[in-house]
Amino acid sequence: MTTARAAAILLAKELRLEFRTRELLTATVVFAVVVVVLFSFAFDPTAAESRRYGPGLLWIAFLFAGSLMLHPSFGREQANQTLDALRMAPISPFAIVLGKMLANLLFLSVAEAILVPVFAVLYNISLAGIVGRLAIVLVLGTLGVVVTGTVFSAISAHARMRELLLPLLLLPILAPLLIAAVEATASLFSERPALDRAWLAFLGGFDIVFLTASWLLSDFLLEE
Amino acid sequence: MALRGVSLQIAPGEFVALLGANGAGKTTLLRIAALLMTPTSGYVVFPGLAQVSDGPGRNDTEVVYGNPKPSIGMVGHSTLLYDELSAAENLEFFARLYDLADARARIAHALDACGLATRSGSLVRTFSRGMRQRLAIARALLHGPRMLLLDEPAAGLDRQGLDWLGATLARLRDAGVTVIMSTHARNESLDLATRAVSLAGGRVERDSGRGGDPRPLLAALRSED
Amino acid sequence: MKARFGITALVAALLFFAGYAALFIAPEESTMHEIQRVFYFHVALWSAMYTALTIAFVANIAWLATRQPRWDWLGVSAVEVGVVSCTGGLITGVLWGKPAWGIWWTWDARLTTAFLLWLLYIAYLLLRGLLEDPQRRATLSAVFGIFAFLDAPLVYASNRLWRTQHPAPVVFGGDNSGLDPVMGKVLMVCIFALLTVMILLLVDRYRLERMRHEVDELRLAVESGAARPNSAVTKGAI
Repeated sequence: MTTARAAAILLAKELRLEFRTRELLTATVVFAVVVVVLFSFAFDPTAAESRRYGPGLLWIAFLFAGSLMLHPSFGREQANQTLDALRMAPISPFAIVLGKMLANLLFLSVAEAILVPVFAVLYNISLAGIVGRLAIVLVLGTLGVVVTGTVFSAISAHARMRELLLPLLLLPILAPLLIAAVEATASLFSERPALDRAWLAFLGGFDIVFLTASWLLSDFLLEE
Repeated sequence: MALRGVSLQIAPGEFVALLGANGAGKTTLLRIAALLMTPTSGYVVFPGLAQVSDGPGRNDTEVVYGNPKPSIGMVGHSTLLYDELSAAENLEFFARLYDLADARARIAHALDACGLATRSGSLVRTFSRGMRQRLAIARALLHGPRMLLLDEPAAGLDRQGLDWLGATLARLRDAGVTVIMSTHARNESLDLATRAVSLAGGRVERDSGRGGDPRPLLAALRSED
Repeated sequence: MKARFGITALVAALLFFAGYAALFIAPEESTMHEIQRVFYFHVALWSAMYTALTIAFVANIAWLATRQPRWDWLGVSAVEVGVVSCTGGLITGVLWGKPAWGIWWTWDARLTTAFLLWLLYIAYLLLRGLLEDPQRRATLSAVFGIFAFLDAPLVYASNRLWRTQHPAPVVFGGDNSGLDPVMGKVLMVCIFALLTVMILLLVDRYRLERMRHEVDELRLAVESGAARPNSAVTKGAI
């Protein structure tokens, strides 16, 4: 069975599980909204400031929400040792990791799709004409978060204090992604919105580097 | 470092009772046989199915003729089932993972065999311990493995469950499936065993051997109180 | 034992000489005067750090490829030495920055990369502390170590790219262009001296890790009542 097909089967399972419980998505969205609202209490920015600080706040909210959401990614497989069942199946370890990455990408993207309008309203930023390009930035950035986050979810699932450990491992690694995503978003929120190709290329590069590393190391990630 | 110097050869169709106190290394041995764990030294070989060289110290090339995974089924301490999926959904998922051709028929048959056909749409979360164990075994057998590994399968089963376990194992033995079942106390399914191997402190203490009589070793087991 | 003492004494002497050179042999710098002398150790600490972390990266890969425990020992030793060097580098950076340029800190490419690496490798050590099974600890920390090392050039690149869009005055000696030859020689001495200190610490830490491993092995052997395993401690070999 090809890795892609196995990942698709796993993705379907993750989606079905999430549909049943809706716990991850709900918690993520609520948390992200709370973060954004709290920021607005703390800063009360004017229009010009919104444009300057907005992207940063938005991405920090995504990052925080993401690290919260990514933890159960592998954590959930520990309840009934279902990870054993997955590892015994004739699929590659990378298929397991990829399936979860895709699921996380979907979930975080949905959360972002809900959050961005909320943010635009609270900070009085117009999204007219930039939605498509913003989506590109969001997808590239979220991909980076999700690729590294899923790997670290697998790593921290075996450690003590795992809820605290995941953000601790993830956020420093994502620092360059944060800069790139914020700058790319800022150039879209500016007076003359433009898609900054340099930063997009950087995001793409980040994603490729860590996706490749994950692919090469997934055997070790899941082994016992 | 749970096992030391364990070397076992098990022939197809054997029903091995793996005995030993808790902590003797039974679970580790089963997990290595299930290819879930790689031994720090040594290897696992399935002649006729595939030759898989595992272990870090290998210096010869790995030769793999086929993938042994579809031939292995395992029932562990945990159910290996998704609580938030229904019985049918669980089996469908694994049927897809194992790329089974006649999935629908197999699933229907499996649910019938473990008496859960009427509850196929209920979430596993709502099942009793006995029902979950039956479904766990059904899941392990769904892809028709030639070797079934069981880690203390009788634990927590009621009378009805134990009867069902015994019947299922008898059926498997008659079908020529290799069974390795670990237990630390007496249970009736052990009567089916053709061989007994006892572990202590990570080593093979006694082995009744391929054509030998497992009953003396089994008799030494205390009953579950 | 005697060899160890001799080597340590030699390294100590080298370190003192480097310090002396930095303080007295190197000529005074025109704009920053005396405080600039921190630069010699500041740069030396960075080189020690990058060397240590590169060794760690290689060790991580080697562990995953061969599963020989000595690579795991080397990995954790190199990371610890790297973190210590990094801490020194960051502190000397702050000490130098304030009197020389009036700022405690700046987010230029090199400082940012160093700071992030510091965070990442502390996270590595924390991770190791929270993983109990030795085999898993070695494997998972190696995976994380590889990710951390791959992140470093990305941090650097992102910072440089950011700087092209938000230029700021270059501090901390820019790219070392046009260094007075005597200064250059003193710098080399300091870098070399700190590298030897780093190697000494690395070897010590490695031996400590190896001994821990052997103690664990012995304990296991005693517990399971088997014959005593081959002990490298008695043989004194690496």
